[in-house]
Amino acid sequence: MKSFTQLTGVAAPMDRANVDTDMIIPKQFLKSIKRSGFGKNLFDELRYLDEGLPDQSCEGRPLNKDFPLNQSRYQGASVLLSRENFGCGSSREHAPWALDDYGFRCVIAPSYAEIFFNNCFKNGILPIVLNEQVVEQLFAQMYAVEGYQLFVDLETQKVTTPAGESFAFEVDDFRKHCLLNGLDDIDLTLQDVDAINAYEIERKQLSPWMFDVIK
Amino acid sequence: MAGKTLYDKLWDAHLVKQRDDGSALIYIDRHIVHEVTSPQAFEGLRLAGRKPWRVDSILATPDHNVPTTSAERASGVAGIEDAVSRIQVQTLDDNCDEFGVTEFKINDSRQGIVHVVGPETGACLPGMTVVCGDSHTATNGALGALAHGIGTSEVEHVMATQCLVAKKMQNMLIRVDGKLGVGVTPKDVVLAIIAKIGTAGGTGFAMEFGGEVFRAMSMEGRLTVCNMAIEAGARAGMVAVDGITFDYVKGRTYAPKGEQWDLAVAQWKDYVSDADAVFDEIVEIDGSAIEPQVSWGTSPEMVLPVDACVPNPKDESDAVKRNDIERALAYMGLKAGQAIKDIAIDRVFIGSCTNSRIEDMRAAASIVEGRQKAASVIDAIVVPGSGEVKAQAEAEGLDKIFIAAGFEWREPGCSMCLAMNADKLGNGEHCASTSNRNFEGRQGYGGRTHLVSPEMAAAAGVAGHFVDVRTFIDGSAV
Repeated sequence: MKSFTQLTGVAAPMDRANVDTDMIIPKQFLKSIKRSGFGKNLFDELRYLDEGLPDQSCEGRPLNKDFPLNQSRYQGASVLLSRENFGCGSSREHAPWALDDYGFRCVIAPSYAEIFFNNCFKNGILPIVLNEQVVEQLFAQMYAVEGYQLFVDLETQKVTTPAGESFAFEVDDFRKHCLLNGLDDIDLTLQDVDAINAYEIERKQLSPWMFDVIK
Repeated sequence: MAGKTLYDKLWDAHLVKQRDDGSALIYIDRHIVHEVTSPQAFEGLRLAGRKPWRVDSILATPDHNVPTTSAERASGVAGIEDAVSRIQVQTLDDNCDEFGVTEFKINDSRQGIVHVVGPETGACLPGMTVVCGDSHTATNGALGALAHGIGTSEVEHVMATQCLVAKKMQNMLIRVDGKLGVGVTPKDVVLAIIAKIGTAGGTGFAMEFGGEVFRAMSMEGRLTVCNMAIEAGARAGMVAVDGITFDYVKGRTYAPKGEQWDLAVAQWKDYVSDADAVFDEIVEIDGSAIEPQVSWGTSPEMVLPVDACVPNPKDESDAVKRNDIERALAYMGLKAGQAIKDIAIDRVFIGSCTNSRIEDMRAAASIVEGRQKAASVIDAIVVPGSGEVKAQAEAEGLDKIFIAAGFEWREPGCSMCLAMNADKLGNGEHCASTSNRNFEGRQGYGGRTHLVSPEMAAAAGVAGHFVDVRTFIDGSAV
């Protein structure tokens, strides 16, 4: 996994609550058996005026000019600003894959759905929780200033505005450690192979039917 | 010391290691796999040269992409017309063959929607931890299990280590007492819960459903309720075990037998919250006041009793919420204040991991029997949740009742719940759907989903618009 340490990036808005993962990446694109290539279909139904199909080139598709990601001022954005309960619904990891493939490395919102939140950390994306008032303030500043950039520092757990105002955010120690160092979860877990084996031996004696073979 | 909740007990029984940083390793007993969220996980194993830790703990079946017409199903995977879908289903077959995973393939009589197959085969049992790369895995919590959806990276992690890195959730109790009225179903109960607490109400919680209504509810009803815990924000929903649980599980293919059964039941009896257990949050709802529900908007919390009118954004003072209502009304093509019963429907979908079990089939059939689909309704499809459900329904003659009423009887799969196969809504079409999500575009580009119970969907298919199904049951409908 790629690491996340610091980021200075243009912020773009997804100005609504309850952004669901169907909206982030519609189901027809989930037919892919790869992890990459989802960026061109990120927010497909909002971004384009026609129906998107898998394996279709997006060049020449009619763009929804009202959608922020289609506006010149938000080009190259890497920080996505949104509202409460971001990433709700389906567990599809294709949602963070699409955000990442498009170029977003950080999301800022007042709250997230848990599975999406968790999936972000597996993909080098930092989902930051800031309270509603702060998020409202960031939205207002972003709308007022073209090319509005935020500085995100995971080590010190701070988001800093162009005016130098900083907001602290919380992050779990384990997730922070993995993200800063780009660590693979599986390797870490396999360091505890003895504990897993010991658990299985004990459990097999207590509840043998739990180990019945599925065939 | 305070007693433990059901979730506390399940967590404690599966704790492999508590780490100093607050994270923990949790042992996973059952891993269910489908074609959409697994290919990248298998690929990850291959690239790292890893094998599944306990390959016999995994059960796979294709469900999202499979066609539901018998014509397209006839020649198996090769017959799937959509090439991208075909490759995904074929990839699941290839991966399961390569790694030695048991798979109920497309035309196996046991194939079906993962969350229907897990409980009905006994692959998912009380006291287990169950995961699947699918948010509706919470369904299995109805058995008194800890079950939740995971992402694809975690699918790979569970395959490689039999564990999940997790952090303990908080405990929430949803207590619904009283007695449900005639025509009020488990689906209405869970929709009413989501309407009350919102789609983020359960975020961070393991959600236990308790109270008289759930004690009296069938196992299939409990599966329906737990299925939609995620729509209330909770990754895991669960119901304490009781005699109904044991009666349901006994005799199923992968359930323990003989002495093992007795030993299992003795242990399972403890999978209830202690009388003095402490919940971080308790929500109480009067079950006798719940009415048949219909969702009007684009989030499962946008739901109202069938007699109500859709909201007027002018009545909402919060700007973000007002914006949401306006956007939802525009997307759904509804007028502020319009009566729900005046919403005409174009299609009916009876199926999905929420409502495709035999009791759902019976309930819908009881409404359409001797009636006819409205001419204005383009089609009404009934998609059983598994090959077993389909066979049972046919043995009871339910397929004939549906067909006689002008409904279509299909092959098992996820179908129009998320429209990854050919079953889709057209742009602007309204659907009375027994599925779980009414997000924009969920059932097809521009499609307009209304979430309802099987009975309400069947009645809407007959009337051509939403009606209170209780008028069908008491005979007062014209």
